[in-house]
Amino acid sequence: MLSVKNLSIEFSRYGSARRRTIIHPVRDLSLDIGDGEIVAVVGSSGSGKSLLAHAVLGLLPGNARTSGEILFKGTPLTSASMAALRGRAIALIPQSVAYLNPLSRVGRQVYRASRLSGKCRATAARSTDRAFARYRLDESVKSLFPFQVSGGMARRVLTATATAGDADLLIADEPTTGLDPVVARQSLSHLRELADLGKAVMLITHDIDAAVTVADRVAVIYAGTTVELTPARNFADGALRHPYSRALWNALPQQGFGFVPGNQPMEDDAVNGCIYLDRCPDRTGECRCAQPLRPVGKGHVRCCHAQG
Amino acid sequence: MLKAESVSFCYDNTPWILEGFDFGVGPGEVVGLPGPSGQGKSTLAKVLAGHLAPQQGAVTCDGRPLPEGVFSPVQLIFQHPELTMNPRWKLRDSVAEGHTPDAAAFKRLNIEPAWLSRYPHELSGGELQRLALARVMSPQTRYLIADEMTAMLDPNTQALVWDAVLHWAKANGVGILAISHDRHLLDRIAHRVDESFAPPGPTPPETTCRAAA
Repeated sequence: MLSVKNLSIEFSRYGSARRRTIIHPVRDLSLDIGDGEIVAVVGSSGSGKSLLAHAVLGLLPGNARTSGEILFKGTPLTSASMAALRGRAIALIPQSVAYLNPLSRVGRQVYRASRLSGKCRATAARSTDRAFARYRLDESVKSLFPFQVSGGMARRVLTATATAGDADLLIADEPTTGLDPVVARQSLSHLRELADLGKAVMLITHDIDAAVTVADRVAVIYAGTTVELTPARNFADGALRHPYSRALWNALPQQGFGFVPGNQPMEDDAVNGCIYLDRCPDRTGECRCAQPLRPVGKGHVRCCHAQG
Repeated sequence: MLKAESVSFCYDNTPWILEGFDFGVGPGEVVGLPGPSGQGKSTLAKVLAGHLAPQQGAVTCDGRPLPEGVFSPVQLIFQHPELTMNPRWKLRDSVAEGHTPDAAAFKRLNIEPAWLSRYPHELSGGELQRLALARVMSPQTRYLIADEMTAMLDPNTQALVWDAVLHWAKANGVGILAISHDRHLLDRIAHRVDESFAPPGPTPPETTCRAAA
C-alpha cells in the first residue's frame, strides 16, 4: 500500500550573522505498509516520526527539501497527487481535539469530512451514521461541541472523522498520549479493527508496549533514520537485532528500566558512519563506514554486526 | 513533610474537585499516584505546589505554610516542557531562573552544553524536559511534584531521567510525588503507591458514549 524509500528531509535555516545552516531532521527513512497491516513507527521525540507523516500527507512547509521516494499503491506521490489523495485515500487520525473546529458540532464535522472525501449528501450522511455506530457514539453526541467531549470520546470522534471517507491508508499520530490505559486500549483496538477490514495503518507512537501489542511490524527510528524494521513479536521474543531497539525495549519499566547514556545526534550534525556509533556498546572500527538498511532474518536492520 | 490537610478545591462554578482531601509526602520519600484522567490528580499537584489556593484546608511544607514571592521549596514539573520555557529566551537564561546548576548536574541529566545556547523550538521535548528539570533541581527544592513528567519521552530517556532525579532526591532528602498513568513505572520508582484516585475493581468494558442530559 505505502512504501517509503530512503526519504530524507532538509530545512535551511538562517542562524546568527545570516549564516545559512542546513538541518536534517529526517536522514534516511524507509518502511513499507501492506494491506490489512499495522506498522508502528517508534522512536524518541525529535527522531522525525511526525515529519514522516507530514511528508506522506504532503503537508511539509515550503522551505523543506525532500529526496527519496514515497510510493502509494505502486505510484510515486507528487505534491499534486498528495493533495488529491489526502482526506480521500489517505487520512490522518490526529492527536487531540485541538484538531477539531471548536465552533462546529462534532456530528457536523464527521459529515463534512465525509463530504470532503467526495461523497454525495445522502451517502455522506449514511457513512456518518455508520461511523458513529461503529465507535459506539450515541446519536446525542452529534450535537456536542468539541469542548464538551471527554478524552476517550474525543478519540472516537477523531477516528470517526478519519474513517467517514473510505481511506485505504490511515495515519494515527500518537493516538494514546495522555489517555488512561483503558481508553488507550480501546483506541488501539479500533485501529486493529480497521486493519482487519483491510486498511493499512501507520501508528506513530513512543509507547513501545502498545506498539508491540497491536502492530504487525515495528519500524524503529533513531535521529531520522530507520535502524530496524521487524515483526512486532521479535520485541517480546528477544529477537531484536539493532542495539538501539534492544535499548528501547530494556528501558521499559516492566523490563529492565536500564538506559543507555548520551543523546541522539543533533539535527545539524552531519553523520557519515553508523548513526548510533557514539552510544553503541558494541561499536568497532567497521561502524565508521556507511550503514545501509539490509535484510536480516524476517526484518531489515541498519547495523553491520547484525546476523540472521 | 509536605502535607495537605482536609483540602477542598473547586473552580468558579464546578462541583468540588477535591473535597476534604488529606495527603502527605515525607522528606526523601517517593510516592506514586496513579488514576484515570479527570479525577483531580493534576489539581492536587497544583494545590500542593501553591499554584492554586484551596478554598478550605491548608497545605504546609515542613510545618510552615508555603512561602510566596520567593523560590518555593515545592516545585512542579509538567508533562509539556515547551509550555514552561520562555520561547524568546535562550535556554541558558531559562535554566538560570531557578539556580545555576553545575557541570556535574548537567552531565547526570545527559544535557549537552551546546543546548544552552539554543532556543526552545530548536530542541526536542525530551531535551527540553531535562533542562526544565535542571532548573528545579536546586538545593532549595525540598519537594518535587512530577505530573506525568516522562509521559512524552521514549523509554530510554524516561529511564535516564528518573535515574538522575531519584539519585538527586536521595542525596538531598527531597520528597517526590510522581503522578502517572503508568503503573509499571510507579512500581519501579515509588516507595509507596497512593490509591486515592485509582478506580476500584476491574476495568470497565467499552461503553457507548452519550451526551450528558
